[in-house]
Amino acid sequence: MNGPHDLGGQHGFGPVAPEKDEPTFHAEWEKRALGLTLSCGAFGAWTIDESRHARENIPPATYLSASYYEIWLRALQTLLERHGFASTKELASGVMTGPGATPKRVLKADMVEGVLAKGGPCDRPAAGPAIYKPGDRVRTRNFNPETHTRLPRYVRGRVGTVEAVQGSFVFPDDNAHGKGENPQWVYTVVFDAAEIWGEGAQKGLTVSIDAWESYLEPA
Amino acid sequence: MHDHDNHDHHHHGNEFSDMQARVKALETLLTAKGLIDPKAIDAIVETYETKIGPRNGARVVAKAWADAEFAQWLKDDATAAIASLGYTGRQGEHMRAVFNTPETHNLVVCTLCSCYPWSVLGLPPVWYKAPAYRSRAVIDPRGVLAEFGLALPEGQAIRVWDSTAELRYLVIPERPEGTEGFSEEQLAELVSRDAMIGTAIALEAA
Repeated sequence: MNGPHDLGGQHGFGPVAPEKDEPTFHAEWEKRALGLTLSCGAFGAWTIDESRHARENIPPATYLSASYYEIWLRALQTLLERHGFASTKELASGVMTGPGATPKRVLKADMVEGVLAKGGPCDRPAAGPAIYKPGDRVRTRNFNPETHTRLPRYVRGRVGTVEAVQGSFVFPDDNAHGKGENPQWVYTVVFDAAEIWGEGAQKGLTVSIDAWESYLEPA
Repeated sequence: MHDHDNHDHHHHGNEFSDMQARVKALETLLTAKGLIDPKAIDAIVETYETKIGPRNGARVVAKAWADAEFAQWLKDDATAAIASLGYTGRQGEHMRAVFNTPETHNLVVCTLCSCYPWSVLGLPPVWYKAPAYRSRAVIDPRGVLAEFGLALPEGQAIRVWDSTAELRYLVIPERPEGTEGFSEEQLAELVSRDAMIGTAIALEAA
């Protein structure tokens, strides 16, 4: 979707504001928001792709004025409600009114180390061989789905060069919507800045993305 | 450096206490429903405050500087090479190491969200997740680097890696001059978090 999250190349956000000696967290609630997001992710009820799409669907004005942990929290509430773990009323009041969906697992303290160390690998065998090889010229497709995609707007319809075949991975555009993992080959595709930004592009700049095979066409 | 209260980060008292209340209410609700274990949250927080952070990545870089075989392994199979040091797991499942050279400086961003190599760098800083960095890293990286106080040599190219898939990138900065004979521990001291994102270079040897 062409949502507020797709920020590459936008202007007007001002300077980057690095904070000297930044702490891991800036408030107690950030710690709990992180832990809640990871704990609820462990239910096994939704995928990382669905989580990302829930964040992208936050209304633009809210998304752009929220801190990232607030974005996570808003998306988490959406997911909890969508999957029947909590009702709108419960989320608004904080008070339990009845039972809800049962998760595949509840993350207990003694499971945390193992779960974090294992992570969630998302490489999967592809149905066929990779179409492209390093050195191939490719053009990214120009599409504007209202659904989830990981092809940013700033590199749609652009010609670049395949630099590496990175393996085959779960296809987020399908997986975010419960349409299956449908793994595809992923390529690192590199673009000259002038191809993306045209006049005034910074000299000596290249930008790469990691693109699923169906994002690409031969150029 | 800018005061972080000014950008992307809402430290205003009301908003802060509002978030505190909302998160507390959610944790209370989910605990009552038996869906979460507050002690698991404590364990997650402790992990990222004390065990998983940029010191992990600095050890990877130091070893790559000190050990050519390890550096080659890192180029060929970063996930396995990094795992050999004990760093695995969430948001580090599929690692790639990109090496700075005199010709090219590497810079990592996630324009679409906040993808970041947690297993070696820990949780991302606020600026990495905020719109200013995500919007400008791909169009004005030299301007962004200037805001970090970094001016690259004229003629050094910039390669920006937008983490749009599940690969997570670790920048291996160039080894500073005058560090011959340094131990890996001494070398690791010269590697900041920002140098492994690409918004800095390695520190000079003291």
